[in-house]
Amino acid sequence: MRRLILRELRLSLRHAADTAASLLFFVIAGTLFPFALGPGPTTLSAIAAGVVWVCALLAALLPLDRLFGADFEDGTLDLLLLSGLPAYGVAFAKTAAHWLTTGLPLLVISAPLAVMLRLPAERVPLLLMTLAPGTMLLSLLGTLAAAITLGARRAAVLMPLITLPLMIPTLIFGAAAVSAPHPAASLYMLAAMLAAALPLAPLGAGAALRAAAE
Amino acid sequence: MPQDFAPLLEATNLSVFRGERLVLSNVSFGLGEGGIVVLRGANGAGKSSLLRALAGLTPLAAGTLRWAGDDALEDFCTHAKRIAWLGHLDAVKPALSAAEHVPKAALAAVGLAAYADLPARLLSAGQKRRLAIARVVAAGARLWLLDEPTTGLDADSVARFCALCEAHRDQGGMIIASTHMPLALRETQVLSL
Repeated sequence: MRRLILRELRLSLRHAADTAASLLFFVIAGTLFPFALGPGPTTLSAIAAGVVWVCALLAALLPLDRLFGADFEDGTLDLLLLSGLPAYGVAFAKTAAHWLTTGLPLLVISAPLAVMLRLPAERVPLLLMTLAPGTMLLSLLGTLAAAITLGARRAAVLMPLITLPLMIPTLIFGAAAVSAPHPAASLYMLAAMLAAALPLAPLGAGAALRAAAE
Repeated sequence: MPQDFAPLLEATNLSVFRGERLVLSNVSFGLGEGGIVVLRGANGAGKSSLLRALAGLTPLAAGTLRWAGDDALEDFCTHAKRIAWLGHLDAVKPALSAAEHVPKAALAAVGLAAYADLPARLLSAGQKRRLAIARVVAAGARLWLLDEPTTGLDADSVARFCALCEAHRDQGGMIIASTHMPLALRETQVLSL
């Protein structure tokens, strides 16, 4: 599995423009809000956490259609399934690679974006604490959706339609935690959702990959 | 070729659906160490479907596949480790170099040593096929499942491929290959679909 993750990271490095595109989308989408709503600090600081969350979700979706798509088209998926690694292991490795190449960079640049959107500085660490499990959940659920829609017509449209509704609970608790006076409960909920998705999403994605390969 | 030894791999009455179409029914054969089965048949006869079923990628609609007497497909991961797979697609990543796909020794075996550091996107179609064959060689698996392995290969490369197959069989390996091209291999079973 480590070899597969390293290979994915190497491929991602060679296609650095794809990763950069997600990050640029994240920054540009976040930057649009002050233009639309005005630069008033009261409005911006109230919506900053939500804006960062929504933009991060949308940005992380961008590379998902190629997560398995390229492997499916060039025959690599068969090799992955025959690598001796269980299909859920393949899915988990892909999830890990997606988070490392998309979720983690988004996490890093979300702090300056949040500050730019006038989120109080003392709330930024809390935002990052919610985004860490949030982006992992998105990678897990996104991988599941990418596997389910593999080979389907209009997969690029179907994938967000599957992923985004599944992410609504994460979005609610993640954004709420940043502004809540007692964020512990929301953080526990995020941790619980992550604990549930960690084994279930790769299992489902693995089954979908096997079905796609048939 | 009649085999005078117990087959290690034994397929009995295999039937395979592709989508909703029954592409194969009641296919049986046995393969012992050092054996080669060549699948022949018109386009759409089910050669690729049979190979995918033998690999465990496509479920069997009926029949049994046994490895040393046990159900070969009972544990997919164990079965996968016995197999080196070459599909009709090369599974080559354009952004990676040839050496990032397979070890250099395997590249040398298919005559690609000089291209080890070249990005795969710069390889010709035949060279990509050779790279895919090198992956099979490097896998070290006992059973090679090859779907049209010589597609796009020149005469020298086909001869080199046949030599690799003979070397694999001499080490007790087994090969099941679909091909439309006659291959210069000793004592092969031909399975017409």
